[in-house]
Formats: sequence, C-alpha cells, structure tokens
Amino acid sequence: MKLRPIAGIVLRQIYLLRGSPVRLFPMVTWVAIDIVLWGFITRYLNTVSGSGMNFVPTLLGGVLLWDFCTRIMQGVATAFLEDVWSRNFLNLFASPLSISEYISGLVITSVLTSSVGVVVMVLLATGVFHLQFFSLGLPLIAFLTVLFVFGISLGIFSSAIVLRLGPASEWLLWPLPALLSPFAAVFYPLAVLPHWMQWVSRALPPSYVFEGMRALLAGRPFPGVLLVNGSLVAVVELLLAAYFYGRVYRHAVRTGLLARYSAESVA
Amino acid sequence: MPKPALHTQSNRPALRATRLHKVYGSVIAVDDVSFTVNRGEIVGLLGPNGAGKTTTINMVLGVLAATAGNVEIDGIDISKQRARALARTNFAAVYAALPGNLTVMENLKFFGLLYGIPSLRLRVEELLQEYDLAHLRHTKCGLLSSGEQTRAALAKALLNRPQLLLLDEPTASLDPSAAQLIRAKIKSLAALDHCGILWTSHNMNEVEAVCDRVLFLSRGKVLLEGNPRTLPHEHGSSTLEDLFIRVAREPLSTIAEAAR
Repeated sequence: MKLRPIAGIVLRQIYLLRGSPVRLFPMVTWVAIDIVLWGFITRYLNTVSGSGMNFVPTLLGGVLLWDFCTRIMQGVATAFLEDVWSRNFLNLFASPLSISEYISGLVITSVLTSSVGVVVMVLLATGVFHLQFFSLGLPLIAFLTVLFVFGISLGIFSSAIVLRLGPASEWLLWPLPALLSPFAAVFYPLAVLPHWMQWVSRALPPSYVFEGMRALLAGRPFPGVLLVNGSLVAVVELLLAAYFYGRVYRHAVRTGLLARYSAESVA
Repeated sequence: MPKPALHTQSNRPALRATRLHKVYGSVIAVDDVSFTVNRGEIVGLLGPNGAGKTTTINMVLGVLAATAGNVEIDGIDISKQRARALARTNFAAVYAALPGNLTVMENLKFFGLLYGIPSLRLRVEELLQEYDLAHLRHTKCGLLSSGEQTRAALAKALLNRPQLLLLDEPTASLDPSAAQLIRAKIKSLAALDHCGILWTSHNMNEVEAVCDRVLFLSRGKVLLEGNPRTLPHEHGSSTLEDLFIRVAREPLSTIAEAAR
C-alpha cells in the first residue's frame, strides 16, 4: 500500500467539506438532537423513578456509543457514495489506486468526519447532562475500539452492497443501524431478549460492548471475557467485510458493472 | 522543449493487446482482437456503435476483465501488475467527466495523488497554464463549459506523462477552433513525448488528420487496419467516411472478402 493514493482519497473529502461547509450540518445535527432528546428523557426518568438509579450513564452513554458506531459506518459509506454520486468509478479504478488503498482512504475519511460528531456529542452530554463519559478510563477505550472496528465493517459491507446492486440501493444502507439496534442491546440487558434474538446478538460486537459497559457501571469486575469475545467477533467481521468487498469488486470488473456503473445501473 | 517522461523509455510498444475476447453470456462483445500501439504513434480505433471500441478500451484500462487474452502496457501485463501498468497510462473520455463538485485544481491534485506524481504542485501549475485553465483553477468542474471540461479532462489525463494515452472522442464537444488546438497538442505529445495514443472518434476528417494508423472494429472483430489516408482507396471507397459507412452497414463477410 502506498500513502499518496490514500492521502488523495482523504484530501478529496476535505475539499468537499471546504467547498460546501453545509456538509458539516448533518454530521453535527443528528447526533446533537439524539443527545438532547435522550438527555431530557434520562433526566425525566431520574426524577420519576423511585429506584434511585441514575439513567444518565446507561441510557445517554448507550446513545453516545451507538451513535459513535453508526457515525463510523456512515462515514465510510458516505465517502464511498461520493464516488457513486459523482460517477467517478471509471476515473478512480482506471488509476493505479488499489482496493486496499481505496478502503483505507474511506476509513481514514470516516474517522475524520465522524470525530466531528463525536466531539459535539461528548461536549453536549458532559456539559449539559453531566455524563462522566471518561470516568470509565481504559476499558472505555477498549470498548470504543470494538465499536470502531464494527462500524468500519458495517461501512465496508454496505458499500459493497451498493457496488453490487447499484446506486439506488443506497436506501438499503441508511436504515441498517436501526435494524441492528434491537439486537445490539444498547439500552437493555441481553437477557431480556427472546432466545433467538440473543443468538443474533452474539454475532454483533456491540452487544458485548454494551453488556460490558453495564457491568462496569454496576460496579462489577472488569468483564474481560466480553471484551475478548467482542474483539474477536469484530475482527472476524472486518475480515469478512473486506473479503466480501473484494469479491463484489472482482465481480464488477468481470461482468462490466464497474465500467458502466451509473445512476441507472441497478442490477 | 520535450518534457522528460516519468518512466524510462524503451523500444517496447506502449500497448500490446493480444487475442482479446470478451463474452457476456451468449454475446461476444470482443472477438480475438490483437493490436499494438507504438511509442509516438496515434492509432484510431474506429467502428460503429456497439462495435466493441469502449469494451476494448475498458479492458486496456483494467476496469473490465477480459474473458481471454492479455493486455501489456509498456511490456507490463495489466492482469499481473495492475498498479505498475496503470501508472504508465491515462485516459480521457466524454463518459468519464471529472467530479463536478471539485474545482479544476482540486481535481488535478486529487488525481495527481492517486497517480503518485512527484512535484505535484509544479506539474498541476504546468498543466493549468498549458491547457489555458489557470483562470478557472478555482471553478468547480461541474460549472465549466463542455470545451473547458474537455481541457480539464485532458490535463488530468496528462498528469503522469503517460506512455499510453486513451482518448475516447476527445474533441466531441469542442468548437472547430478549440478542437484544432487540442489536436495539435495531442499530435505534439505523440511526436515530442513519444506517447502512444489510442484515439476513438466518429469524425473521420479528424481521424485522417491525426491518426498514423486506424483499426476498424465491427461486431467485436478487427476488420481492417492501415493508413487512414490510403485505406479507403485500397478498399474501393473514396473517403474514410465512406469506408466507415460501408463497414457499419454491410455484412461482415463482404468487407472481410474485399479486404483479402
């Protein structure tokens, strides 16, 4: 892998943001709305609940972490869709750029764009709703890494779906995080799910992360097994997503899909 | 002054396509096509719509896998060393416009990084001047006139001083004066920089003026090959345009018979 082509993919996104700052708006707005909405819900729950339980870390922390994972996925997918929308595939893939360089560029772009949203979320959640986000220390970093890797896998997988099925299939990828969220057990323990849903949850790294975070907040010992299992599932899924993208790309080169990819090319 | 090429020059052809086949299901799009483009040579790839020109170009660019056969750019097999081969080539096509939401300069820098161009800032400046784009450097490509877009696409295509340049109807949207200037630039590129050029066009006067050699494709096969100025007379046509129309309309066997 060469660094300059990767830098090119990242620089393109910076140019797009510079040329049209309005693109920053959705990066910030939705996460801010989520934090404000859930912030007030948790505040209300704290006042009406007689249990003495503080809902801020469990609910608001859950929203923040799930949004982080979703932003990473959307960052990868949006950077990919920029090439779909500008019909740039022929120019890109007739250059010496390799698939691994392209995907690396998308991932770095996603890190940069999603970090804008994450900063806004953390500032709002800590400043307005007093979420002590960093009080969990190192375990938080470890769990965030698992969510980051899963977000990348999801972004690569959904980009491959759009490459395979055509531009109109981008509407399949936006609801993907919402579709997965009941299984990710963001707001409730895994045990409340029916048995079959728990099986699906075990294939999703976020379910390990949220179980682990709840254990930490409840003052139980560090859930090392959950972290290890979540990390393993996340790495396997990242490899599978990269393999799937490679297969779809090779299929597109073999069948001519890549060469004639346009707004009308839904197969 | 001729500019130094990025890669060392050799006597290998800029492009060697050997027995290319492309089959889609039961449709044979390209059937046993072989040809070379030498350094400093401009080869016209001609043929009616659906003849297989774009399919052939896409296989040379590595965005379409050949069913059989192989493509070598400067002696490098694209199926084995894709990045090395593509670093030596570039293209401009009417159906592959530069991203309209980036400015001319941003596009040149973006593609310059993808091609790993050394001293990129200097090279971009050089091309902006050469293609009369300096005053448009901060204009988004989507806002350019079609003539300006063609010049921007050509500037992108020359970023890496390619040894093989593929041009798909490069003057299609230009007025006669602009088209003449572009033709002159491309001819000097072949002559001075020893770049091999594969050119497709439906403008037969242009092909006659620019190309050293032409290949007529019809239904995926190379039907005729030769000098565009003498080929029509060799096959009983008065002009290249007449010959093109015959190739497009007559059954394959008739032309092939006449060619023997």
